[in-house]
Amino acid sequence: MSPRVTVAYLVGLALLLVAPMFLYPILVMKVLCFALFACAFNLLLGYTGLLSFGHAVFLGSAAYVTGHALKVWELPTLLGLLAGTGAATLLGWVIGSLAIRRQGIYFAMVTLALAQMVYFLFLQAPFTGGEDGLQGVPRGTLFGLDLAEDMNLYYLVVAIFAGSFWLIQRTIHSPFGQILKAIRENEPRAVSLGYDVAKYKLLAFVLSAGLAGLAGATKTLVFKFATLTDAHWHTSGEVVLMTLLGGMGTVFGPVVGSTVIVTLQDELADKVGSLVTVIMGAIFVICVLAFRRGIVGESLALYRRMIGQKP
Amino acid sequence: MTEIFGVPVQALFGQLMLGLVNGSFYAVLSLGLAVIFGMLNIINFAHGALYMAGAMLTWIGLEYLGISYWWMLVLAPIGVGLIGIAIERLMLQWLYKLDHLYGLLLTFGLALMIEGLFRDLYGVAGQPYSIPEELSGAFNLGFMFLPKYRAWVIVASLSVCLFTWFMIEKTRLGAYLRAATENPKLTQAFGINVPLMVMLTYGFGVGLAGFAGVLAAPASQISPLMGSNLIIVVFAVVVIGGMGSILGSVVTGLSLGIIEGMTKVFWPEASATVVFMIMAVVLMIRPAGLFGREK
Repeated sequence: MSPRVTVAYLVGLALLLVAPMFLYPILVMKVLCFALFACAFNLLLGYTGLLSFGHAVFLGSAAYVTGHALKVWELPTLLGLLAGTGAATLLGWVIGSLAIRRQGIYFAMVTLALAQMVYFLFLQAPFTGGEDGLQGVPRGTLFGLDLAEDMNLYYLVVAIFAGSFWLIQRTIHSPFGQILKAIRENEPRAVSLGYDVAKYKLLAFVLSAGLAGLAGATKTLVFKFATLTDAHWHTSGEVVLMTLLGGMGTVFGPVVGSTVIVTLQDELADKVGSLVTVIMGAIFVICVLAFRRGIVGESLALYRRMIGQKP
Repeated sequence: MTEIFGVPVQALFGQLMLGLVNGSFYAVLSLGLAVIFGMLNIINFAHGALYMAGAMLTWIGLEYLGISYWWMLVLAPIGVGLIGIAIERLMLQWLYKLDHLYGLLLTFGLALMIEGLFRDLYGVAGQPYSIPEELSGAFNLGFMFLPKYRAWVIVASLSVCLFTWFMIEKTRLGAYLRAATENPKLTQAFGINVPLMVMLTYGFGVGLAGFAGVLAAPASQISPLMGSNLIIVVFAVVVIGGMGSILGSVVTGLSLGIIEGMTKVFWPEASATVVFMIMAVVLMIRPAGLFGREK
């Protein structure tokens, strides 16, 4: 990480540690789960140039598997999280290997269709509880700490988020990450340089799916339930929106985007009812038409213009 | 009663017809997507929402203005086409120079807006629409009863597909369109107004979706959510068939409808997922799609 990013990261972390004094911890945890989800998605869209329109399925499948592992198999919390993340990673490998056979717009359509297929499977499968979802998932304990206590869970969620965020940064700045960027910028050239592009794309996809799964698994712990909404294509659209609004291909963009969207939904839900969808759609349209670099991207561009640097 | 593979003939042919009806919708919708993709290079995510808008307009027309089904069959596609033209002029035209993904994202946002608006106005419950008098009842074919309306949907959809094929392949306007798809700059240099053609193409493509919506109105419950579930299946149809040819879209749409109908008879649990499974298989064997060319 560059020094500036490191400073921002540490400041953010410090803020997160004191945040529960001022904010409702469940809301912050929800924001963190979606922020991790969006960061995982950004790894794929922002740094590899692959638009997956079915990412919710990884969030949803991990949520279900973790919920099932904790509630029915009564596994320890840590193993439950691992099971969920592992399931999402595996599913990512299956869907990824099929989807990377097509490019661009087709890639988006294929991921969306495959995700819809898994959604229908969840709808029918007995272990998901169908429309009712999986409810009353116990949080369990970790190192003797009772996670039913919101504050204990809060620090676990912060640790998961901070660790994953750091992992994503390491990935982006590793040689592997540089190759991903090369693929995003010019795929034929990356091929001609001798890189096995399909393999790198698949790896990025699996990594992104796994991290999205971790977000879903954590979310189950926070809310103590897993529902079909997590796997629905609306959620896939939401994560695209969060990334786009915050700024795709920027380090903190997805975090900012998910904070704005989750807070907005939380505020608006009981005020405007079903118009929330319209507002989300309108933000989408405005972002695409006038605000393509997102909040973070536009701010950075403005800052660079102010100090007289070329963008 | 005679049986085939242990299934009564009546039920089998009934599902076959239903499959053909669904297949007709797939065909018209994927045709619209293909026409738009050919010219604008974007995937129109709002297609499902505009199909729903077509059905909703039909219902609104009868409920509030007393306009009959037959008039709406003409008026609703035109209305939806005009909405499309407004979308193209106001928004889409600014995105042609950018990555194609932005077109997808923009139309996704529009789909959310259209769907959300209708949901706010009419709720998620379906509105019933009765079959027009001329088309109610059924033909007795001896081995089965064929509801007239189902036959009408299939005939009307196929006629529209044929009309589209004729327009694009056999008329002068269609020749301009194909030229503009192949090489917009050169075509414009020959004095053809390409931006106008692009606008009309989008209007026509979504008009097709609106037409399918009118056909769907009496055949199913009219609900604000009817489009979004359908459009994802149509995406899978498009991936399976590829967007290379008009005939390809129609054949793929119809056959997938039939396969889906047959799955409902022989393996009901898989009927919601069978199209996606076929898509996965096609991706493994022929990634470019059955009628597609890898660009």
